[in-house]
Amino acid sequence: MFALVDCNNFYVSCERVFNPRLKGPVAVLSNNDGCIVARSQEVKDLGIPMGAPFFKYKELLERHRTTVFSSNYTLYGDMSDRVMETLKTFTPDVQVYSIDEAFLYFPTVKEAEELHAIRQRVKQWTGIPVSIGMARTKTLSKMANHLAKKQKSGVVILEDGDIAQRLQNFPIEDIWGIGRQYGSFLRSKGIRTALQLRDVEDAWARKHMTVVGLRMVWELRGISCLPLEELPLAKKSVICSKSFGHPITDFEELCEATSSYVARACEKIRKYDSQATFLSVFAVVHDRDDHYYPTYKNSITLTEPTAYTPHLITEAKKLLATLYREGARYRKTGIMLGGLVPKTHAQLDLFETHGKRKEQQDKMMTVLDRLNAEYGKKVLRSAAEGKPTPQWGMRRNMRSPAYTTKWNEILTVL
Amino acid sequence: MKQVKEFFKPHGTQTDPLPIADSPVQAGFPSPADDYIEKRLDLNEMMIQHPAATFFVRVEGDSMMDAGIRSGDILVVDRSLEPVSGKIVVAVVNGDFTVKRLVQKGKKVYLCPENPQFPNFCVDPESDFEVWGVVTYVIHRAI
Repeated sequence: MFALVDCNNFYVSCERVFNPRLKGPVAVLSNNDGCIVARSQEVKDLGIPMGAPFFKYKELLERHRTTVFSSNYTLYGDMSDRVMETLKTFTPDVQVYSIDEAFLYFPTVKEAEELHAIRQRVKQWTGIPVSIGMARTKTLSKMANHLAKKQKSGVVILEDGDIAQRLQNFPIEDIWGIGRQYGSFLRSKGIRTALQLRDVEDAWARKHMTVVGLRMVWELRGISCLPLEELPLAKKSVICSKSFGHPITDFEELCEATSSYVARACEKIRKYDSQATFLSVFAVVHDRDDHYYPTYKNSITLTEPTAYTPHLITEAKKLLATLYREGARYRKTGIMLGGLVPKTHAQLDLFETHGKRKEQQDKMMTVLDRLNAEYGKKVLRSAAEGKPTPQWGMRRNMRSPAYTTKWNEILTVL
Repeated sequence: MKQVKEFFKPHGTQTDPLPIADSPVQAGFPSPADDYIEKRLDLNEMMIQHPAATFFVRVEGDSMMDAGIRSGDILVVDRSLEPVSGKIVVAVVNGDFTVKRLVQKGKKVYLCPENPQFPNFCVDPESDFEVWGVVTYVIHRAI
């Protein structure tokens, strides 16, 4: 049996743990304060959709005295870890699925009281309210969780007896992995509910929805096809990108931003003792029309796998130069390090002179990472990254303190 | 492009793996202490029983002075412990955080300061009251 544990309005709940006055409407904005990425129930009740642009609803939110926060991912990340650790006190079989969701596996079905005990402990230990859906398969447990949230009961167990009726009332788009696009395709074929999808022929599912869709259909029938993945998959690529506080036209400024993303990504892959074999750079243009953002991208395959920041910055700047258009207003750039291979497996290039130089590069990066870890991010950095608090930095005007990760920002009690 | 999701653990308690009793001296005599090395004492280990449920908060004011809690001290707060009468707790009263001793007399619940200059506070059943966590240690700077 799978239990999907999902934190209710997670980011908002995190803010509320440290700020009990936040009883009313609360919204949390995305990086850059652009979109609304978390809503308290009160904000949901105002009819403000998930992901809505902040500026569009600013007035409505103000009128209802909504407290608005910039996202505080440091806090949310730590609170997420705490929730996951608490869940592991019930079973070692926990798959962290996202920052606010985890699948738990139990060999047998649990009583509702047992699931309520899980909710209770997570609430007491971390302050975060969660909902739990339990069923035979992951897809069904997602559905059960959806129902638990909708009914506000906190716990829903889908048992064989009442599944058909539940599926019959479950809209196709809300099934895990279907989404709007697949949903409208299925609707065009007359399939509107989970029950109808469960009962399609295998051959039909395979033909129209590939093996992924077939698996989904089987999961709806209660045949588990998606096992618990306990270990996060080894990373194949790392992306580093952020939106700018305001559009940028200057090439040098773009270079600085891009270089700092390269540095960050390199640091990440070095942490996993990986090297990249592939580098992509992309830039998103801020068009006059607010909804059209063309993305330009260019990539190269590296002559040898590397995690050496200066080299990758040089390459990234070359790629960026091929994308750059004079006068264009850029709203975002980013880079991807792909084809990650473990350092030991790295294939050597026939024409590279190895030995000392590689060793020196390795040493230098080790020192860089150690100093940055010890004395704070970016103590040592490439000149290409520009000044420490750059112009292009994100807007995060309304961020709450890092209550659990910075000594000078912890909670004060009287 | 594929979305990469990843999570970083902030540095919390540092439970180091067992130390390797490996003498750095290649030539010469091995340290006679090599066989006796134990893990160095770790304050986290002593003060934190439930890392997932433990938070640090800073005290402002002297209402708990006689309990050895001074302004500026840091409290280790364990949310997993049951708030029973007699424990020092961090509570939320009408939206404000406060540290006091929890005392239950019959059906009445009191939040008691430990400083004669502060009055006891009886929790109004109507008020918005919640125990946030139980204080397990007080960290006081001595220099």
